[in-house]
Amino acid sequence: MGELVQLRRIAKPSFEDGGQAPLDPQSSIPDPRTPNPDPQSSTLDPRSSILNPQSSILNPPSSILDPQPASRIAAISARLEAKRGKHYWRSLEELADSEEFQEVLHREFPENATEWNDPAGRRKFLKLMGASLALAGFAACTRQPAEQILPYVRQPEEIVPGRPLFFATAMPLAGYAIGLLAESHEGRPTKIEGNKDHPASLGATDVYSQASVLGLYDPDRSQSLTNLGEISTWSAFLGAIRPQVEAQRALASQPSPASQPLAGGGGLRILTETVTSPTLEYQIKTLLATIPTAKWHQYDPAGRDNVREGAKLAFGQYANTVYHFDKADVVLSLDSDFLASGPGSVRYARDFANKRRLSEEKHEMNRLYVVESCVTSTGSIADHRLPVRASEVEGVAREIFGKLGTGQPGASNKPEGEKWAEAIANDLDKHRGSSIVVAGDSQPANVHSIAHVMNGALGNIGKTVIYTDPVEANPVDGNSSLRELANDMEAGKVDLLLIVGGNPVYDAHADLDFGERIRKVKLRIHLSLYNDETSELCQWHVPEAHYLESWSDARAFDGTVSIIQPLIAPLYSGKTAHEVLAAFMNEPERASYDIVRDYWMKRYAAGGQPPPIKAQAATAQKTASGSGSSAQPATSGQAPQSATGGFEAFWRKSLHDGVVGKTAAPIKPFAPTGILNSRSAFSTPLPDLTQFTQPPPSKPGLEIVFRADPTVFDGRFANNGWLQELPKPLSKLTWDNAAIISPATASRLGVGKDVNGLATNKIGNIGGDIIADEVELEYQGRKVRAPVYILPGQPDDSVTVHLGYGRTKAGRVGNDAGFNAYAIRTSDAPWFGSGLQITKTGTTYTLAATQIHHAIDTEDLKARDIVRSGSLAELKKNPTLAPEHTREEHGAGSLFPKWEYKDYAWGMSIDMSSCIGCSACVVACQAENNIPVVGKEQVARSREMHWLRIDSYYKGSENNPETYFQPVLCQQCEDAPCELVCPVAATVHSSEGLNDMVYNRCVGTRYCSNNCPYKVRRFNFLLYQDFYTASLKMMRNPDVSVRSRGVMEKCTYCVQRIQKAKIESQKEDRQVRDGEIATACEAACPTQAIVFGNINDPASRVSKLKKEERNYSLLGELNTKPRTTYLGVVRNPNPELEHA
Amino acid sequence: MQDDSKSITPDRTISPPSVLGEGLTFASVTDKISTIALSKRTPLWWFVGAGVSFSLAMLLFYTIGYLVLTGIGIWGNNIPVGWAWDIINFVWWIGIGHAGTLISAILLLLRQQWRTSINRFAEAMTLFAVASAGLFPLLHTGRPWLAYWMFPVPNTMGLWPQFRSPLIWDVFAISTYASISALFWFVGLIPDLATLRDKSKNQAAKIVYGMLAMGWRGSARHWHRYETTTLLLAGIATPLVISVHTIVSFDFAVGVIPGWHATIFPPYFVAGAIYAGFAMVLLLAIPLRKLYGLEDYITMRHIRNMSKIMLATGLIVAYGYMMETFTAWYSSNTYEEFMIKNRFFGPYAAQYWTLIFCNVVAPQLLWLKRVRHSIAAVFVVSLIVSVGMWLERFIIIVVSLQRDFLPSSWGMYQATKWDWSMFLGTIGLFLSLMFLFVRFLPMISIFEIRGILPQAEVKESEG
Repeated sequence: MGELVQLRRIAKPSFEDGGQAPLDPQSSIPDPRTPNPDPQSSTLDPRSSILNPQSSILNPPSSILDPQPASRIAAISARLEAKRGKHYWRSLEELADSEEFQEVLHREFPENATEWNDPAGRRKFLKLMGASLALAGFAACTRQPAEQILPYVRQPEEIVPGRPLFFATAMPLAGYAIGLLAESHEGRPTKIEGNKDHPASLGATDVYSQASVLGLYDPDRSQSLTNLGEISTWSAFLGAIRPQVEAQRALASQPSPASQPLAGGGGLRILTETVTSPTLEYQIKTLLATIPTAKWHQYDPAGRDNVREGAKLAFGQYANTVYHFDKADVVLSLDSDFLASGPGSVRYARDFANKRRLSEEKHEMNRLYVVESCVTSTGSIADHRLPVRASEVEGVAREIFGKLGTGQPGASNKPEGEKWAEAIANDLDKHRGSSIVVAGDSQPANVHSIAHVMNGALGNIGKTVIYTDPVEANPVDGNSSLRELANDMEAGKVDLLLIVGGNPVYDAHADLDFGERIRKVKLRIHLSLYNDETSELCQWHVPEAHYLESWSDARAFDGTVSIIQPLIAPLYSGKTAHEVLAAFMNEPERASYDIVRDYWMKRYAAGGQPPPIKAQAATAQKTASGSGSSAQPATSGQAPQSATGGFEAFWRKSLHDGVVGKTAAPIKPFAPTGILNSRSAFSTPLPDLTQFTQPPPSKPGLEIVFRADPTVFDGRFANNGWLQELPKPLSKLTWDNAAIISPATASRLGVGKDVNGLATNKIGNIGGDIIADEVELEYQGRKVRAPVYILPGQPDDSVTVHLGYGRTKAGRVGNDAGFNAYAIRTSDAPWFGSGLQITKTGTTYTLAATQIHHAIDTEDLKARDIVRSGSLAELKKNPTLAPEHTREEHGAGSLFPKWEYKDYAWGMSIDMSSCIGCSACVVACQAENNIPVVGKEQVARSREMHWLRIDSYYKGSENNPETYFQPVLCQQCEDAPCELVCPVAATVHSSEGLNDMVYNRCVGTRYCSNNCPYKVRRFNFLLYQDFYTASLKMMRNPDVSVRSRGVMEKCTYCVQRIQKAKIESQKEDRQVRDGEIATACEAACPTQAIVFGNINDPASRVSKLKKEERNYSLLGELNTKPRTTYLGVVRNPNPELEHA
Repeated sequence: MQDDSKSITPDRTISPPSVLGEGLTFASVTDKISTIALSKRTPLWWFVGAGVSFSLAMLLFYTIGYLVLTGIGIWGNNIPVGWAWDIINFVWWIGIGHAGTLISAILLLLRQQWRTSINRFAEAMTLFAVASAGLFPLLHTGRPWLAYWMFPVPNTMGLWPQFRSPLIWDVFAISTYASISALFWFVGLIPDLATLRDKSKNQAAKIVYGMLAMGWRGSARHWHRYETTTLLLAGIATPLVISVHTIVSFDFAVGVIPGWHATIFPPYFVAGAIYAGFAMVLLLAIPLRKLYGLEDYITMRHIRNMSKIMLATGLIVAYGYMMETFTAWYSSNTYEEFMIKNRFFGPYAAQYWTLIFCNVVAPQLLWLKRVRHSIAAVFVVSLIVSVGMWLERFIIIVVSLQRDFLPSSWGMYQATKWDWSMFLGTIGLFLSLMFLFVRFLPMISIFEIRGILPQAEVKESEG
């Protein structure tokens, strides 16, 4: 990443001076806004058009084809030729459906290519190649309107083949954006990095953004617009909806007769996910103004309704909360997984880790208390963690609040709760203005309200907690919004339903019966990435453009706006939400580029304020009378430069930086009424907590907790193989969700395997399989079958189920993985509820886990010194954190003289104190290094391919163990056991200390893996790579070889990045600078736990970290001399609770 | 040979059970053994046995085809258990192959006359076992078509094998062993092939045996060269018996994995190999002598001697197990201690205790004269030992890898049907070759038996 910064510095002045545009936009991004009925815009093979949109001018299909061989391509071409003029194909798919074309697409080599040894044959082959390129790139037959996107770093004129460009963009997830840089190789986005300038990223990423590249190239994505399941066209779609929209418009413009009951909303409904996009907001609101009877519903299955409602409860209006964990010494989390989920989590993790990190100068740490109902990453790294049932969190919160001196009655029914509350209250009290109380998204509004009041009482507001206006375009309670829609559908009030993104048929609450009720809507339209469960029930399905294919905008957790710019033309002629809404506003030809740019032009003209919403009645009338094609707006991309000069600079800068300047929401002085001055006295009476309904009395019996899945989220990533195979942070399960219960509850239910009176998961026989008992979960009369996973630290009598599984129409990857927890999730208890019944079914289910042993303080394992840990106080006594028995490293005991690494010596330091187990590094590594997905059966056989894994270990009681995360990648041993045993020298040591792997030389004896004490080597037991799916070929990193079967592979510290930096440095005749090389894992890490660099340079960050006393080598006594070393875990427990 | 018998004479007169049965003559020996190979009538049991073996061999070829097309993922191997049945079977077969050379070479040098009746088919067994064994290191690689890279083949890229790897030592050790064994076996066959050539009535057989006999006419010069060659080959083969399994044991001993990294491995592996080898010779000899009526040639004395060798090597192996456990305790090394605990009480404890029963407990029966004298009992014990030796390799390879250093990487292992088909297939291949051998070649050395007949002795003393 350092390199990017540096390059940006070079690139920046060139356009800030008003110089040349850094990049000729035509050459980098094909035209995503060409009118769709014209098939030329749909890119069959995006490579060709990206490489050079003009290519087909150079090679017009008719001229290059040799008619003599009567090749099929020629036939197609001839057909196309014949169809020129007004007879366009109705869609590319129609063309693509023809047998000949299919064959051209699917043949590995063009016909006759096998004759290429023969000189004559080779010539023909080249001709055919040219022809197929030309065929795929007809795009250039149309005029290319200019759409400019700006590269992040590089000089404008040069696209050097083989050198990637970086473009700033942003990924929206459930509405909120995270700013990213997308690495583009000759027009193909291959890798996502964080954007250092974006407040939600600061250069880091989360798993979802890392995996989004695979989402883009997913061959299962919806590839065509369909009507009643038949492939159709955009123009047919426009033709079909226009009368319907006009009817609605007419209905709305009529004075409502008494007989027409419009009070409940008119016939047109729009259902979106959470919207933060200013442009989309403007569009929807304009549409609503034009058709006042229309209604806008928002729903996110894993949305933040409680957060919004909690703020409303505390402040009387919706507000957005932004936390400054970098200023907080004490943090109390009330069931909040703020480090690993939610809009600002990447940023929060960075801030939190910075405040926590120890260094030579900094000897203080923050302290984290977590009260939680599930086992989360945040809870796992807490200094004190109190597992309680979800319904008891409010009681604990009230009790702590009570102990703060408010006199409010405590309601915790945990015996340890009182002591806890006392200690936390004391600690919070000592850190007024530098503490944070944060409530979890799944806790009810009351708890959020208590958190706000506590932050107010502690004087944190304005310091560590700030409030702004909501970031959402239209904050609503999604739960009730969806319920209203469902009821209206039931009542037959909905004529036309436009579903923009989302998959409500799958993920709506079970009691809303969405799948049944949606059938009562006359016309249903679904815009989505996949032809999914909802699409199946809609007459029209419009394929959505992936964010890497779209022009759009979105806001981050603090309100900062990013313009989303596409990296590639839509692979499958997908449409953005903007384009679909434009169609509803009689602007069917408008491309999202124009829509977004026009919006920002207006906003720029208005001095940065959102432009006023005006009904578009006049336009509508005009365009409705005219033909659709004349609806091209006057302000399209070709606006005169003089008029938009200032805007142009603003636009370019916004695109380049990835953030629109000064758009962070301004701080609003919200405060809950009443501030606590001291522990006993109030300046103003505290808000009567009874205004919040009393917590529901905790009912005995089992509770169920619903959570978004840590990898597939709410189900939208179910077809993403990287995320499916990404082990869940603690359970290390892949490809499945499970009913997670505590060991004690498992014992009581008689599930799992009993080991000395303790229930544990039953390990299978084939590698990483867990033979889980299946149970039937019955909740509010609905039933679902689920395998049980026993997780230490889970509160007793509480069952956590993760959403997002059990998809039936996700695609080849996601179908039939796991069970559908939505089937028992109801709108009155979306996050948790009591009264769950569990019945053992007597059957078992195989789960695939990448780690099946987590305990490290059993008698056998204590001496292994795998994780060094201790409290801050212990660290002062024993700065190395080494256990007493530690064997002195007999490092010098070699007969051979030590090899001298003269130039560079690469090394890595991993601070386990900072690691939160979020797994962004794992997916980043997978994306960077072309690591294949192997599937559940192979994971169960313990053959997953991740080069980097995050081990999780437990210490202490199984009810609430201490948890440690340890990222393990190739340790790059100086005396590597693997190198010694390879019979063909396929793994050898480099002069810079890297343990290189020569894939081409490997014959696959697996001896190296056997002899690796860290078991970081991965073997291609079968052909795991998909060499045949065209779209996946585009995804791969061209700098890393794609391994076939029978070959061993492993981490190389991203040697391709090292080499690139070395080449750059050699050109400038200098050493590689510290920080210039960031390995993929390091770059992605939100907490900067991973640091890579040259250990020969004593000033490098990694050298300094390795000099710290708590630096240690994993299995150091084996004398492997690893280059990767770890910093022991330091926790900062409260002495008051130490002996609890 | 003739010299040998002189020195052995006093022994033979003392030892009550003779090496050969009574009343054999030069002619009867020649007839008896050569008829088996030359007879036109093949017994029914041969067809049944060969049929089953051929079927299994076909299964092997099918498995190999599927394996090469699909990848070794069809087996149960995984990470951490990178080697499993592939290497278990390899070591097991190589171990079995040991007895042949030991009998031919070492016992020859030690002038043990009783070896004569069994050395021919023990050598054949060695060859076929090595052939079966050799399949595994080749096919267990991820890309078997590139396995030749393990040989020092001069190439334009200047790439060379990595000579520090025990696998390279293996390549040399096993290929040398296979060549020497084949040579030894074939040289030993030449005089008998000439006998078959001479006795054969069938023209085609005459030609084939004639070519194989390489113009042997039995002249003194021939015999002299034969003797010299045999002695030289025996001299070369003798260290190989020790070296091959020593080097195979290095595959493990050089590794850092607890359970592998042990200095006791070379002698312990060699003893284990001889142990397994003799068990297999017995398993083959007992039915053969019964079916072909060779009780006069493979006598109780052979069976008893081999039982004693089994007992002795079995005790060495037991000592090996004991020392592994002792070292783990004595070293106070966590990993070693855990490795032993995992063997004793871990998920594969059943296999470990079965191994102890098979290799340590069961052979103790051989102390009893009654057991040594019972053909059935010896057969059963040999069978148990063969199973035990297979399990020993399972314990060493799978159970050591399964739980090594980092608990996060621990895993389980289970063989798939393809592991079974590969293993059964090599048994099929081995037996098929054995069946062909007993049908078409003299399974007992005719001229050597003649050499130790009392008549030969008399003749010698006269001369």
